Parts: sequence; structure tokens; C-alpha cells
Amino acid sequence: MANLASEFLGIKSPNPFWLASAPPTDKEYNVRRAYEAGWGGVVWKTLGMDGPPVVNVSGPRYGAIHGPDRTLLGLNNIELITDRPLEVNLREIKSVKRDYPDRALVVSLMVPCDEESWKFILGQVEDTGADGVELNFGCPHGMAERGMGAAVGQVPEYIEMVTRWVKQHSRMPCIVKLTPNITDIRKPAEAALRGGADAVSLINTINSITSVDLDLFAPEPTIDGMGTHGGYCGPAVKPIALNMVAEIARNPATRDLPISGIGGVTTWRDAAEFMALGASNVQVCTAVMTYGFRIVEEMIAGLSTFMDQKGFTSTSELVGLAVPKVTDWQYLNLNYTTKAVIAQEDCIKCGRCHVVCEDTSHQAIAMAEDRTVTVKEEDCVACNLCVDVCPTNCITMKEIAVGEMDARTGRPVGTPLNWTEHPNNPTGSGAACAKAPAE
Amino acid sequence: MTTSQFQPGVVPGRLPAEDYCHAFADTAPPLTDHAARVAADRCYFCYDAPCTTACPSDIDVPLFIRQIATGQPEAAAVTILSQNIFGGMCARVCPTETLCEGACVREVAEGKPVEIGLLQRHATDKLQEQGVHPFSRAERTEFSVAVVGAGPAGLACAHRLAMKGHEVTVYDARLKPGGLNEYGIAAYKAPGGFAHKEVAWLLQIGGITVLENWQLGRNGTLEDLLEEHDAVFLGMGLAGVNALSIPGAEYATPATDYIAALRQAEDLSTLPVGRRVVVIGGGMTAVDAAVQAKLLGAETSTIVYRRSQPEMPASLHEQDHAQTHGVQIVPNATPVAIHKEDGGLVVEFARTATRDGKMTVLDDTIRFEADQVFTAIGQTLGATPEGLTITGGKIAIDAQGRTGLAKVWAGGDCATGGEDLTVTASAEGRDAAEDIHAFLMGA
Repeated sequence: MANLASEFLGIKSPNPFWLASAPPTDKEYNVRRAYEAGWGGVVWKTLGMDGPPVVNVSGPRYGAIHGPDRTLLGLNNIELITDRPLEVNLREIKSVKRDYPDRALVVSLMVPCDEESWKFILGQVEDTGADGVELNFGCPHGMAERGMGAAVGQVPEYIEMVTRWVKQHSRMPCIVKLTPNITDIRKPAEAALRGGADAVSLINTINSITSVDLDLFAPEPTIDGMGTHGGYCGPAVKPIALNMVAEIARNPATRDLPISGIGGVTTWRDAAEFMALGASNVQVCTAVMTYGFRIVEEMIAGLSTFMDQKGFTSTSELVGLAVPKVTDWQYLNLNYTTKAVIAQEDCIKCGRCHVVCEDTSHQAIAMAEDRTVTVKEEDCVACNLCVDVCPTNCITMKEIAVGEMDARTGRPVGTPLNWTEHPNNPTGSGAACAKAPAE
Repeated sequence: MTTSQFQPGVVPGRLPAEDYCHAFADTAPPLTDHAARVAADRCYFCYDAPCTTACPSDIDVPLFIRQIATGQPEAAAVTILSQNIFGGMCARVCPTETLCEGACVREVAEGKPVEIGLLQRHATDKLQEQGVHPFSRAERTEFSVAVVGAGPAGLACAHRLAMKGHEVTVYDARLKPGGLNEYGIAAYKAPGGFAHKEVAWLLQIGGITVLENWQLGRNGTLEDLLEEHDAVFLGMGLAGVNALSIPGAEYATPATDYIAALRQAEDLSTLPVGRRVVVIGGGMTAVDAAVQAKLLGAETSTIVYRRSQPEMPASLHEQDHAQTHGVQIVPNATPVAIHKEDGGLVVEFARTATRDGKMTVLDDTIRFEADQVFTAIGQTLGATPEGLTITGGKIAIDAQGRTGLAKVWAGGDCATGGEDLTVTASAEGRDAAEDIHAFLMGA
């Protein structure tokens, strides 16, 4: 079994699976159970200012999106940062860290945007022996209305300012947690780097209303007849998170900034995908809130097996392997041609590929009287919709090699050509060619 | 008073009184709301769905399952019932394994089809338990139609005609409407008086008068009906049974009579049943009789079929059902004689073999001791009005249900076509009603 030992900003953990700052990490009781279950690290649920504790709603604080058999696909919450007294959290952090020195313990923080507040809390955390801090610039509800969380994360200048204070007043490694509720994730990441952040973690939750109660005509979760947007997370947000992680990993300005990947990580495979796109480790929340802490056993065994299969001896070998493959649309090879191929022996003749192609795509899958479906290569643009809707995964895409005939265009497949070189691009290098008949 | 299971002869009360309810409980219990959502989630919403193609009543299966999945079982019920007003009963008695579920792509994919029958029951039960009748009558017409037989064909026809605004009189020979739903199918397939409740629910449409204890030929003629009504639909089913023509045939009872008595028994513990029961036949009726005899406490219950087991008209599912309830199936034996001997009956069978597709009777004989012998070797059309064309023992009809006689339609088990299933009868009644309506309105 491959060794999963992980080091992130010098913080060691036996595996790259951390629990994200969230309800599962709010108390000593939970965190001890997490470590016992095998989690490599924990980001303690966000601590706030000393003083009167935060007050949470006492009605439902979660809402969900379900798939078949109520598989939980997306979770939304309107919970705030920890509502327990600061000194209780600090005492518990110290106690847990003392008992589990080999596990990572990072403390999430969110205090008002003044230097004194940050200076104070950093001193308190440093005394616990915690391994580092994560700055919560992402929480999208409640705290943002008070000028914290996402209200900071949405303004790069604030990110830079607060990060600088933190680095100035603490020797601890500093991770800046980013909100996805912005237009370009590269900007806050660059700001964090300018402020001196040691790493970024992303994504925090996405502004969301999960559903509407159609009797009350009110958003859910509903608090006394009213609702508010919450933060969305879980498997449904993974594609958004993967893209944002990749954007930072391939941005020349931030490509060396370590990333902790967050967003719908549920299995070893999800973790491996985040890591391939540049995350050094991952943080998990919704998956344990759905299944409990034991899922880490599958993640550990799964990633080890995968690494053995690939011949990796350290998780760091996996990190970033897919980053060079992420590019802009304009650099994709427009001459690359594939065609759908249906494995008839595995087809159960449900006809969904036919009807979706017929109704919504290119009328490229015929269905015979006996329900046999066949690809019409002369119409197939290789959109992949049939592959995506097939219940038995019996459709694949076959590459047509350069020089072989494309039945749709009636021309042989050409050598690689991207948009910047394409004759149809009025501003491209190939524009002049458009005047002459292409050969 | 309880008699022992081992008491010789044909006696009632072989089980403790409290056991009957359990023995005749729902053979396929309904889905809970949760189970229904899980089952509904398995449907792929196939294009031109094979389940719908396989359904004799063309129920839009993917649509109704999607309606269950989206939390509207009552709307799902309307989808079902608008095609098949007996959707509730069909959900219980349809041989789904050879129809919709047999065609389900998940049967192909995993050998485990979407539970269409149970989902259909879930939806129709939800609506019918609320007493909601979702259909209403069109503006009244001046026409009246006679329907002979209050079984699935007749009542499906009557319901559709009533919806169209016509007045319908249903003439039925029995004391209760429902036909085979009420008198024929096995008790454990529709417990709780479901057949009766379903008819009462169906009649909520209004415009349908049911005349009971009225038999064509005995209480009136086809001419009488044509004089009084603008059209006639014949759906009187198969009133007769094939009889054994062997020595001692008089010692056997038609299985249909026994099943009808069982269905109408107020108290099953009063129904006498043999210690050793032999059923001659190989169809669904044979299975229903044999299984119910076993459930009533018979020590042994044996189905003896003259051909090989794969040739049995009862489906594999039905055969499994019989065998898991302790019924023995003996194929390749044809009855020769029933002897009355001391201590009961002895049924003598000759062994058979199938050679070149033909059944031949061998010299070898076997004997079964029995206290009670049932015959389930097919039903026959009873007396029919003159002028009708009879083909293969059934009233000949065309695709619209028209007989050779003007203004006379027919459907269900008494007519050609179909497979003598509730679902086929219901569909034929519906389609004949549409054609009668078109005829009456001068289309």
C-alpha cells in the first residue's frame, strides 16, 4: 500500500484527507471521533471574537437536493460560525492537539476587519499549539451581512490587507479560504498571495436557495415562514470547485501557491481529481455529514490502491499532473474528430440516446423497429450527449485518425488546428487563408 | 371448532380460525411511500417504452412512474385509469412478468425489472382510497346502450360510454357485479373486498344502471335489448366449463365453482376442503385452485397436467407460486378414470409423452388417492344469441369489437382475440365503447 503521508505548508498529516471547517469540526467530541476514524487533519470550525457568542437559528439550518433514492447531491446551510464561547473552543483545541500530535489541526478564523481583532485572536490560537490558521473569507450568509466572511472574500484589497495583518502578527502558516461567489477566482487568490498567504483553500459554499415550499411559498430551509440564501456544497458543486482550483493552479501569478481543495469531495476518486488539478490535499464536509466519518477508510484504501496502480510513492507525485492539460477553448484542436460507437451487446434498448439526439441534438442515432440503435456517422458531431445519458455506459467515442474520412464533412480529418489558426477566425493567424479555398 | 389437517375426507376448519387471515393475506403487499419512491427512481423513462408497448391496455408506464417519482401518485393514477379503468385490479392480477415487467429494459440490464405492477397499485390505491373518481360525464346524449356482463370488459365499456354522456344498463347473470374479478381470481391476489370496492368506485361516474341476476336467454333476448337500446355490447365471459369425459367424472368439481364459493365465503373456516386434493389442468385456474386448497389446510395438493411442464399455460411465475406454496406439479399424465373406493377417491392417470410435437398416451398408469378432485381444463362460451359468428368457440369480432350483427359489439373472454386476461378485457371494452360512441354520434 502506498504511503499517503502528506505535508502541507510544513504541516504533517498521515493522509491528505482533512475535514473542512464546518459543523463536523465544531467540538472536541466530533474531532476526536474524526481522528479515531482516521482523518489526517481537521480545520476547526471558525472561531469568532471573544464576547457574547454567535446565535444560530433554532429552526432547520440545512436544505438538500436529492437524486434517486434520496442520494444527497447538494446541501445548503444557513449555520453561522461556532456559537460556543471562544475560551471553550481554545481549551478543546489545545487538548485535542496534545492528544493527537501526528494529525493536522488548523483553526479557522473570522473576526471583524480591524487589525486589533486579528492580532488578539491570533495570539489566542497560537497558545493552543494548533498547526496553522485558515482565514474564513467565504461564509456567504449571516456573517457576510456583518462585514465578515464573503464580504471580505469578494474584495481582493480586503483579502490582501487582512492576510498581511495575519502574517505580521503570527508565525503560523496561513491558509486563505476563498469564496466562489465572485466572477474571477484568480483575483482573490492573487490578492491572498500579495498579502503573504502561504496557501489558499477553495471553494467555500455557493449562494443558494435549494427549494421552495409550495404550500408556504417560502424558500427552504424555512424559518418562521421566511428563508434566506445559504451556502451550497456537496457533490453538486464539485465541477465548479474543480474549475476554480484549476484556474488558480494554471495562473502564472499563483501557480506556485499551494492549494487545499474543497467542494464535494466524497470518494478517493474525487480527491485524486482535485489533486491532479493542483490541490496538495483535500478538505471534506458534506460527505461525512451524509455518511459519517468512516468513509475515510474507503478514501485511504482507494487512493493507496490508485497510487500503487500508477506507481506513485508519494501523494506529491500526483499533485498537478492534469494542470498542463487545462487550456483555453481557443487552443483546442478543432480538427480532432470522434464518433459515437454503441456496444450492441451491452445495449438494453431504452432508446434514450436516440430520443435525446433526435429531440435535442443532431438526429444522428437511428432506432430500428426492433429498437436497435445505430449511429449515423454522417450526422454525428460527437457531442457526447448519448454517452452522458446512456444508463449502461455502453456508448464510447472512437477517434478518427488524421487522414481518415469523416463521414459528416466528407473530408479526411486534418492535422491539428486551433481557433487561433483557423481560417474562420477574423483575428486569427490563419485568417488570410480564408480567402483561398482550403485544401 | 378446528379439525386436524390430517383428518380424512372433505371437512371445513382445517386451520386454527386465526390462521385464515394470514394464509389469505395479500400475496404481493403494497409498497410503502418510501419503497414506491425508490422503485420509481429506477425507471429510465425509455423512449417509445417497451413496457407500454407490452401493455394490452397501452398504459403510459414511464409517465405514471415519473408522476409517482415527482410526488403525485394521484396524477399517476389518472394516467393509468384513463387507459384502463381496472388499473387497480390489473396491478394485482396482471401477469406482469410476461407483459410490462417482462419487457422492461432493466429486466434486460439486471434481471430485475422496475416493479411496474406494484407501482401501479401504489398509484391507484392512493386515489381510490380517497374515494376520488377523477372522471366526469360529457353532456348527456339521447342514446342508451345495453352491456351484457358486469365483468372487466362490460364495466370498462359501460364506464367509457357513461363518460361520453350515454346512458348504460349493465345486465349481469350473477348476484354481484365484477365478473371474474369478484368470482374468479384467487382470494390472496385482491384481499379486503377489493373487487367489490373497485366496482363501486367505477360506478361513481354515474349513468350506469346494473341489473343483477339477469341472464341473456333466460331473462331476455338480444332482440329485446336491441329494441330497448341503441347498441349492445356483449361481455358475458365464458359461462361454461369443459367437462371430463372419463368414468367417474361425476366425482370431480369444476375448479371455477370452488373458487367462486371460496371468494364468496363469509368465513373461510366453514369451507370444506379435502385432506388430499388433486387438480386436473395446467392453467391459472388450476394454480389458483391448488394453491387455495393448500392454504385452506389440505395436507397435499397436486396439479396433474397432461403435457410437459414447459407447455403449461400457467406462467413460470404462477408455477413457482404454486410450488413455493407446497403444491406438487405432476406433468405428463392424462386422466383415465376416477374410482370411488373405501376411504375416498382414486384418480387414475395414464403417462404421456410428447413426440414430434404430438402427445401420445403411454401404457404406464399412475394413481393418486384423493378426497377432492377439481377440473380446470378450460372454460367455454355458454348459450349465445343466434346470428353471431362463432370462431374457435368464441364470438367473432373485428378490431373495433364489432360482431357480424348490426349494433352489436362484443369483447372480453367471450370474444375472439386477447388472452383471457383482465387487462385485455378492460381494453377491449374501452375500445368497443369508443367505436359505439362514434357509431351513435354518426361519425
